[in-house]
Amino acid sequence: MTEKLLTIDGLTKAYPGVVANDKVSFGIDAGEVHALLGENGAGKSTLVKMIYGLVRPDAGNMTLMGNAFSPPEPRVARAAGVAMVFQHFSLFEALTVAENITLGMENPPKHRELSARITKVSHDYGLPLDPERLVGELSAGERQRVEIIRCLLQDPKLLIMDEPTSVLTPQEVEVLFHTLRQLSSEGTAILYISHKLDEIRDICDSATVLRHGVVVDTCNPREKSARELAEMMVGSALHEPLRDAQAFGDVVLELKGLSVPSATQFGTSLKSVNMTVRAGEILGIGGVAGNGQDELLAAMSGETPSADTTVTFDGNGIGTLGPNERRALGILAAPEERLGHAAAPDMSLTENALLTAAFRENLVKNGFVDWASTRTFAKRVIKEFDVRTPGTRTAARALSGGNLQKFVIGREVLQTPRVLVVNQPTWGVDASAAAQIRQSLMDLAASGAAVVVISQDLDELMEVSDNFCALNEGHLTRPHPAKGLTVEEIGLMLGGMEEQEAANA
Amino acid sequence: MLRLEKRPVPSKAWTIATPLLAVLATMVAGGILFAILGKDPVEAIRTIFWDPLFSEQFAAYSRPQLLVKAGPLILIAIGLSFGFRAGIWNIGAEGQYIMGAIAGGAVGLAFYPTAGWYIFPLMVVAGAAGGWAWAMIPAILRTRFNTNEILVSLLLVYVAEHILSAMSFGLLRNPEGHGFPGSRNFKEYDSVSNTELIANSGMHWGVVAAFIAVIFAYVIMTRHILGYQITLAGQSPRAAKFGGVNPNRLIVLCLGASGVLAGLAGVFEVTGPAGQLTTDFNQGYGFTAIIVAFLGRLHPVGILLAGLLMALTYIGGDLAQLMMGLPKPAIQAFQGMLLFFLLALDVLTNFRIRFKKSEAA
Repeated sequence: MTEKLLTIDGLTKAYPGVVANDKVSFGIDAGEVHALLGENGAGKSTLVKMIYGLVRPDAGNMTLMGNAFSPPEPRVARAAGVAMVFQHFSLFEALTVAENITLGMENPPKHRELSARITKVSHDYGLPLDPERLVGELSAGERQRVEIIRCLLQDPKLLIMDEPTSVLTPQEVEVLFHTLRQLSSEGTAILYISHKLDEIRDICDSATVLRHGVVVDTCNPREKSARELAEMMVGSALHEPLRDAQAFGDVVLELKGLSVPSATQFGTSLKSVNMTVRAGEILGIGGVAGNGQDELLAAMSGETPSADTTVTFDGNGIGTLGPNERRALGILAAPEERLGHAAAPDMSLTENALLTAAFRENLVKNGFVDWASTRTFAKRVIKEFDVRTPGTRTAARALSGGNLQKFVIGREVLQTPRVLVVNQPTWGVDASAAAQIRQSLMDLAASGAAVVVISQDLDELMEVSDNFCALNEGHLTRPHPAKGLTVEEIGLMLGGMEEQEAANA
Repeated sequence: MLRLEKRPVPSKAWTIATPLLAVLATMVAGGILFAILGKDPVEAIRTIFWDPLFSEQFAAYSRPQLLVKAGPLILIAIGLSFGFRAGIWNIGAEGQYIMGAIAGGAVGLAFYPTAGWYIFPLMVVAGAAGGWAWAMIPAILRTRFNTNEILVSLLLVYVAEHILSAMSFGLLRNPEGHGFPGSRNFKEYDSVSNTELIANSGMHWGVVAAFIAVIFAYVIMTRHILGYQITLAGQSPRAAKFGGVNPNRLIVLCLGASGVLAGLAGVFEVTGPAGQLTTDFNQGYGFTAIIVAFLGRLHPVGILLAGLLMALTYIGGDLAQLMMGLPKPAIQAFQGMLLFFLLALDVLTNFRIRFKKSEAA
């Protein structure tokens, strides 16, 4: 048996409150296309950052071509033959392709020589690209080619690709796969990060599955079905729902055929979303980030208004109402982005308490802010939700992620909402704070509020939800009772298969 | 190696200390500049900062000038501070100030020679409306067509200057002025004259309006929900939207407020210290007020102090030109340094400087 190109042995990296990688070990052969598979937050990014020298491991060893390998910075990793194409490009739009590539090189050759090499490499690997074009004029796929060619000019032994197809059209994916196969046949190993199971089965020779920072399995993805891979990724030990099925009240909030075009270039449009949530119910909405979660929350919170009857509350159309008018009715929300969306970073906790509670808690009288009452309310949030902070004068950005999240959730829960919509309520939050937040959401539902939890964490959704739907490229599936839902069913819903199935039935 | 490290919370002490340090640094750098020009730096600094207030020879004239010059600066800067806090950059207060003066002045001239207590208040209202209307142009273009309010408001200054010159040579020219450009003299028309309220104090209605604006702004910024929304929108636009702040409403409101106050400053200036609509009555207060607003940390009380300080450098600058023969551009550079040092030192409010050896790889 030949020696592995790269061997990873017991790599461990811990961040405060979370172990991102726990004794991760696997190996990659020369010319192998190796998939790194896992949910968001499973530790894929941390792992490749360690290989690329962006993050230093706490423990463990790497061996590259028989030599010990511990790059202190990306430059060393590149010199050793490791190249990486990031999910987000680092290109200057006002410069040409050739100029951008020059910037990333240690000893750039003369302009004409480089242009010739770019043309040659792009021709050899079927990645057409004109070195003199401005990057600003290129499509996302073409920009990715610039990044790939930048890597190929270094003759890498190992090419790391972080979710390369997320920005590509299906045709561009075909071209990319062709290039990757050619590279692999020439002996370049590729570490391919994705959670798109079909792609991995299409192109990868082997796969390492990560879950909560631990290697769960290593397999040949071609021998497994997409369903089996999903099961490995999600883990077969899904929590049984802790909540018993119970009688719910009337429908409180309903979305009917809600379509919202994306506000930004990189957003996802909502496509004819139907959703109901009843008093006392927790509706879990799963899905991989970027499938319309932010847009869905904004449509419910009132940040994105829509046609009057597409959003109804107690049967009345409220689509055109703004955030504060909806808050007055009792529809509250906690967005995913804590700093800059749910809270203003440089403002104190008192000021941030006013952000959403101004009118529902009667903190503003005749247009004037009652700062004493606002402070009292902020103190109540801090006390009841165990927010660790020196006091109400502390700026929001001085709080740790978990503490700020407790504050944000507490601020909404204590306003006794009739509907609460939360997006990624425990993202980046340590385990004890997360448990506390989930418990508060369940208590809120038990008191008769309708709760919508949007999350990527399937364990979390299975723990708190009564009903479960999945969001996939702006489509929302029909709800299913969370109890008794199998991993396969969830995998199919997340992959957007469920609607087709329903159509066939 | 020097490193800047972001403070977890902006430093209160530095917020107060940076304007003082900026003034000191300006004195030092300005002193060097004056020395290079061959003037005695100590004497120059004394002439600018000390003589206007305390010299026996000049203080009687200079002291009232302090309020005369600070009044419009403070009034305009308070208006600007609303927008600047919200991230709405009205650079064209000078134009709104000119248009306020023209509108207010025109109303007064229309009544000439009627006597009546109601004429001056009408002029004040017209002046506010003139400034407001001029500010609404960038506001509406921004909310409707998403144009850049910095460019639009700035360019409208030059339009306003042309209108001013057309008015003082044409429509509003004094018919008894022997063909000289400029309107009738408001000081000779008692019903509209904005005279000193207390003799030799420099206090006129514009100064009173400035003090009222300071108090009003202080209450709005610290106690009213509008002040909170303005600060929120400036610091974190997305959080403001989540908090139910309508950005377009805020743009109209903030530009409107600065237009109204600039227009008021215009009408008080033209009926008082200037006395006459001429092509150069305006003194550039609208632009200097931008410096005043930032020097005062966009805080009403800070703006009050900054306005007085800026007025002092104006009066002292004139005095230094007169007494020491310092060239005008040197004085202007000196005033510019003040803003430069303030912005440079501002970094210390949000960052602390750390000395750190570069880490060995």
